[in-house]
Amino acid sequence: MSWITARRRHPAAGYLVVAFVLVLIGTAYAVITGGSASASSPVSANSAQIAQGRNLFLEDCATCHGMFAQGVSGQAPGLIGVGAAAVDFQVSTGRMPAAKLGAENPRKPPRLTPSQTRAVAAYIQSLGGGPPIPSAAQVSTYGANVGLGQQLFVANCAACHNFVGAGGTLTDGKYAPALTQSTPTQIYEAMLTGPEAMPVFNDLTVTPQEKRDIIAYVTQVRALPNPGGFSLGRIGPVTEGLVAFLGLLFFMVLAALWITAKHGKAHE
Amino acid sequence: MSVERALEGAGTFLDDRLHAARGVRVLLRKVFPDHWSFLLGEIILYSFIILLLTGTFLTLWFQPSMTDVIYHGSYIPLRGVRMSEAYASTLNISFDVRGGLLIRQIHHWAADLFMAAIMAHMIRVFFTGAYRKPREINWLIGIVLFTLGMFEGLFGYSLPDDLLSGAGLRITEGILQSLPIVGTYLAFFLFGGPFPGHLIIPRLYILHVLVIPGLILALVTVHLFLMFHQKHTQMPGKGRTNTNVVGAPMYPYFMAKTGAFFFFTFAALALAATFTQINPIWLYGPYNPVAMSAGSQPDFYMGALEGSLRMFPAWQWVMFGHTWAFNVFVPALLPLGIVFGGAAIWPFLEQWITGDRSEHHLNDRPRNAPTRTALGIAMITFYGVLWAEGANDIIANHLDIPLYTTTWIARVAWLVAPILAYIITKRICLGLQRKDRHLLEHGVETGIIRQLPGGEFIEETRPVDEEALAVLTSRTLPPPPPALEAAEGEVPPPGMRGALGKVRERLYNVVTESIPLPDSHGNGHGNGHTLEAVGADEHDQPSLPAGSGQSDGGNQH
Repeated sequence: MSWITARRRHPAAGYLVVAFVLVLIGTAYAVITGGSASASSPVSANSAQIAQGRNLFLEDCATCHGMFAQGVSGQAPGLIGVGAAAVDFQVSTGRMPAAKLGAENPRKPPRLTPSQTRAVAAYIQSLGGGPPIPSAAQVSTYGANVGLGQQLFVANCAACHNFVGAGGTLTDGKYAPALTQSTPTQIYEAMLTGPEAMPVFNDLTVTPQEKRDIIAYVTQVRALPNPGGFSLGRIGPVTEGLVAFLGLLFFMVLAALWITAKHGKAHE
Repeated sequence: MSVERALEGAGTFLDDRLHAARGVRVLLRKVFPDHWSFLLGEIILYSFIILLLTGTFLTLWFQPSMTDVIYHGSYIPLRGVRMSEAYASTLNISFDVRGGLLIRQIHHWAADLFMAAIMAHMIRVFFTGAYRKPREINWLIGIVLFTLGMFEGLFGYSLPDDLLSGAGLRITEGILQSLPIVGTYLAFFLFGGPFPGHLIIPRLYILHVLVIPGLILALVTVHLFLMFHQKHTQMPGKGRTNTNVVGAPMYPYFMAKTGAFFFFTFAALALAATFTQINPIWLYGPYNPVAMSAGSQPDFYMGALEGSLRMFPAWQWVMFGHTWAFNVFVPALLPLGIVFGGAAIWPFLEQWITGDRSEHHLNDRPRNAPTRTALGIAMITFYGVLWAEGANDIIANHLDIPLYTTTWIARVAWLVAPILAYIITKRICLGLQRKDRHLLEHGVETGIIRQLPGGEFIEETRPVDEEALAVLTSRTLPPPPPALEAAEGEVPPPGMRGALGKVRERLYNVVTESIPLPDSHGNGHGNGHTLEAVGADEHDQPSLPAGSGQSDGGNQH
């Protein structure tokens, strides 16, 4: 203590104490409030992964999105602040890298491997934050309420995606894709980031628990059997009408032709 | 022997009391002409019977109530969900009533087949001219039945109170509200307050199971009675004239055939209902006024109405203190008004144009009435464009066409396509008439080429046989109106004077445009293939069918 006692009247002592207390308060504040967001992210970004992501970005993405992900006017949006969730959704569904500029990027086999996708996601996340990739626990449908999920899906999603997620059309060549192949993580990310024409359903609009209910409905309705027989695509009465005309009426006309046909001499 | 005696005893017992033997004998010997297209109407009748039977079954469990209940049935995903009793009882029919889903699906498929067969039957009657005098009343009854069927189907579609039902009801409300001045009140009265209220399902239920089926049943009875009384039309053929009916007697031929056809109908519907899912209400979920699904469509017979609503521009004006929702009431009333109104007026318009007031019991071949056929195809095209537009989101999605492109295609096509269809159909009909004329003039090509001793090659033809000849020469044109025959300087009769007379004369020329049949009196051809020669050559044709030629009382006129 004599070392401190001896220097307690040093001209810099006051500044040092103030600096020490500021660091202490700042650290405490960071621990109490802000820390959880980055701490819960499953993407444990390290500098090597970010560097790999940056290289992949320069190879596959920078042509349209710019060398620094700043975006190119009229061609591709800037990616600073979109977050790892957006990158993971776009790349893991194969929508990015896009084959061509169009109204809507179709789902296709992904070009990057899952680890490469995470690397690019980590790089974009490092540029300016944004929603991270949801954890396995966040997208788990264990214990989710499928009935509530159906209600929520019909109220929020079915207007574009159809009542079982079979997809639907939008204006100007855009469309709401079928959700028959989407993974729980992709569905969660889509709600969080609002890709293409889709609105963002943030955690205030649709709570994380409700998101899990919706995911449970979307993924479980696929396996739901059709007790009435062949499903006709579950796209509403249009295919039913086609079956009524091309199936039922056509069959009945064939039956009428057969019944009224002149069978040799039996009739004559 | 004892069975015969027992039947005889029962028959005598009944006849002594009811004196029905004479009537039954007439009934059993009634002659029905045979043609596959005459069975289209029977599909309607039999699907209607199946609708009544399956519908009765469904009423045993359906609860027409909008009271809120919590579902506890065996469809697990919806357990604990709040819904109307109507929806819950439909789930109950689908999952807990033995055979309930099958009967529900038969009912729905039968409704679809009922409406599809009405369309097919109507098209057949129109193109063969079977609506002509004396059958105009039956034609009008048919149009009313078509309209009633549309409402009956719409109300049935609305009863389960699922998401699609509610969407349909919302459009119904919108169309009612769009009617100028009275619309708001009408919608308010129908729903008993603001949409959706708690009254609409019970109200639609009683309309669906009692009022409209009762009307349909009554009109079907009148329709069949008139058909029976006026006798069925027949297709042109050998020995068939405007004053006889050629066919097989009711018993046993027609009864066996029509009985078999009922079982065909039932079998087709049972197969469809067994293997094909229709209206999976459990997937749509209970109705929620704030929700809507992509691909929400009406059943197909409402598709044209849906299409015209989708196609029409969003015109809505405020005039004289009222909102005039042209964007709804014009597309809701005009296109179907043109189709149904046009169909209702046409028999009378045709009579006025042609001046043909005589009875017709022999059907026209479509090619022999080119203008009528062309008008019919134009109407079908018009209806078809609206119909396809009603499914435009499904078409856009599955064929990768932008949505607004399909709308613009429909906006152009509903005007242009019918005109093109009219022109093309008329040309095809006249072309077929030319082919007929060629057959009559030159006979049927045999494919044999003969070399004459002089070295000349000639193509061998044989005359058309008697049956074909009767079909080919069945065409009759109405007599020209007096003004067309009036010589120079003569005064045309009152009906042909003035602007209206000019219009009629012009329309007459359009409606009766046709390729004249070859002159059967042999003035100028002299090529050995005149009609006399054709008729004389035919000695080896089969004689009239057994049981045919019975002119059924012979009192057609």
